[in-house]
Amino acid sequence: MSDRLQEIIKAVIEKCTGRAASPIDGRVSGAAVCVVDSSAFATAAGILKEAGFRLFAEWASDESGSGRGFGVYAAYNEGPDYLLIKAELPSIDPSFPTITGYYPGAYRLERQIESLMGIKPQGHPDLRPWIKHEDWPSDAYPLRKTFDASKPLGRVDGDYGWAKAEGEGVFEIAVGPVHAGIIEPGHFRFQSVGEDIINLETRFGYVHKGIEKRFESLTWEAAVRLAGRVSGDSTVAHAVAFCMAVEQASGCVPPDRAMYLRAAMIEMERIGNHLGDIGAICNDAAFAFLHYQFSILREKILRANKQAFGHRLMMDRIVLGGVSVDITIKRVEAVISVLEEVSVAFERLVRIYEDNPSLEDRVYGTGILKPEIAKALGVVGFVARSSGQRLDARLQNPFLPYNKIVPNVPCLSSGDVHARAWVRIEEVRESFRLVREMLIVLPAGPIVSPWTPPEPDSTGLSVVEGWRGEIVYWVQSDNETGINRCMVRDPSSMNWLAIEQAIRGNIVPDFPLCNKSFNQSYSGHDL
Amino acid sequence: MLKILHQILRTGIVTEPLDKLEEARVTLTGTALEQEVLKRFSRSVTIRFVDAGSCNACELEISAITNSVYDCERFGIHFTASPRFADLLLVTGPVSRNMEIALQRTYNAMASPKLVVAVGDCGYDGGIFGCSYASLGGVGNVLPVDAYIHGCPPTPSQILNGILRAIRR
Repeated sequence: MSDRLQEIIKAVIEKCTGRAASPIDGRVSGAAVCVVDSSAFATAAGILKEAGFRLFAEWASDESGSGRGFGVYAAYNEGPDYLLIKAELPSIDPSFPTITGYYPGAYRLERQIESLMGIKPQGHPDLRPWIKHEDWPSDAYPLRKTFDASKPLGRVDGDYGWAKAEGEGVFEIAVGPVHAGIIEPGHFRFQSVGEDIINLETRFGYVHKGIEKRFESLTWEAAVRLAGRVSGDSTVAHAVAFCMAVEQASGCVPPDRAMYLRAAMIEMERIGNHLGDIGAICNDAAFAFLHYQFSILREKILRANKQAFGHRLMMDRIVLGGVSVDITIKRVEAVISVLEEVSVAFERLVRIYEDNPSLEDRVYGTGILKPEIAKALGVVGFVARSSGQRLDARLQNPFLPYNKIVPNVPCLSSGDVHARAWVRIEEVRESFRLVREMLIVLPAGPIVSPWTPPEPDSTGLSVVEGWRGEIVYWVQSDNETGINRCMVRDPSSMNWLAIEQAIRGNIVPDFPLCNKSFNQSYSGHDL
Repeated sequence: MLKILHQILRTGIVTEPLDKLEEARVTLTGTALEQEVLKRFSRSVTIRFVDAGSCNACELEISAITNSVYDCERFGIHFTASPRFADLLLVTGPVSRNMEIALQRTYNAMASPKLVVAVGDCGYDGGIFGCSYASLGGVGNVLPVDAYIHGCPPTPSQILNGILRAIRR
């Protein structure tokens, strides 16, 4: 723990009648835990805000199985320092002071806590349900232990209370949940005057499948499969993040070879998704040529995945304690030669992207997310790095091999569609190098370590940089051998809020382009 | 412009013959596949796609059937934005409770005769998400399904083979 973090914890303990974590909370993945008085939850947020920390997750847990009430957690980070602030709440009428005054990014996280766990964030400016649609019974709190998740929910009458705009010439465009293309469902409501968007309100929750609740009914081993299906496009990074959180909680260390293979797969996943999306951005700017070209390259990468690891998207390749597939020297050579071939073609396409005036006209200056707004909302991943925030868990919280083979992380500050595309172009180049280097120096040895379930009532936190950005898992074992709570924070949970800000003042036809340049997950957000 | 032309020439035709060896595991439920329907669709089939709660992996592979390598359009298969123009509803996911109504409305907006094909293990029986307060399980619990294409996710050739089998071509 750094001296600075110790100073901050001292200040929190002093001002918030807090006590440093009792052993049950443990020290998880380099994150210190500080338990504060529930009335001082926001005071602690103020101290951390002052110290320059960002909020990266906020959630609640029903700890009645271990003889407590509810726990509400806020997770903060600055550089290499990670700190969890916990408040313990009674099981009857639980509430806590909102931290949205300090961290606007907590806005939806707290609505979600209220909707799914039934804990009231006092002083929150907007307590319309989130994820929980208006036709749910209002007393249905699925994440509570008393809730029977096996039964279907009835439907009731209700109204969402959309934001309204009035005045001459103002009209509304409602889009979704079913969209025109082969994409996920969500609802976008624009208020516009002519073509200019004056406000966008997004509403999600359509693909809420009860994943967090589902975790609690699965064994640890089966839960890895579920983590790999939180957001299918980031199956590797999600599975790695889940496994690392559990391994933290149970004190298991996977062999070096497994860590290298995990990282190589994370980077292959990054390359595949970036290639597809860079092409799709061009497609939404009516330049279909590059879309088709990039999707050919993406197909080559997916086939290389299949050849090397046995699955095009590398699903179920990650297991607790390591990985489920090894790679032979011959296959390493095959992957490296595909990467070489793809990288040559990639550079030719990038030159076409740079040279095309009609593309330039669409992507520059469109959908600007200003650095100060990006910072205030706590966005992560390539969205943050395109808006001047140099955030990357591979640098801040590196695990083997990222501490040896260090990524160069590109960062731009213009925050427009071009910046988000260009950061990803640079990341593809970098990932070509990372995969190559990781596979060349792949350590010999086993690919999996023996693993035992975590001790009762212990926790683990992990932070992994997937292609979309920082993925956070927090697991808590119950008082036997099962899962009490598994909190999943996909990067989309932080980044979706930003699109409403980035789109304001743009024209309606640019929305698909802006949206594609963010390309956030609906499934990962709605859980 | 010259660079674009160069790239087109260099790329050539990348479309591959459909890999018949990679047969899709398909469950046909039969009854709705009337001769009438088959006759009408024999030249081309237009698909409306709905994600009813999937993890988005199936979407990635469905998108892939439109790329130059698999090129579904050569079989007369193409995707439409409007359910009014669609012959076939392609559905992924376990059906989430929050998507049930939107899925039914999309189906109702399609003109008869129409087919429903569910893609992926979750579309078959809810997969790892099962049935719960938030998930209604397989697509068959909500709509009359004519064919299921199995896999998690099925590969692009399996999806394409599966659609072709569903419309018996």
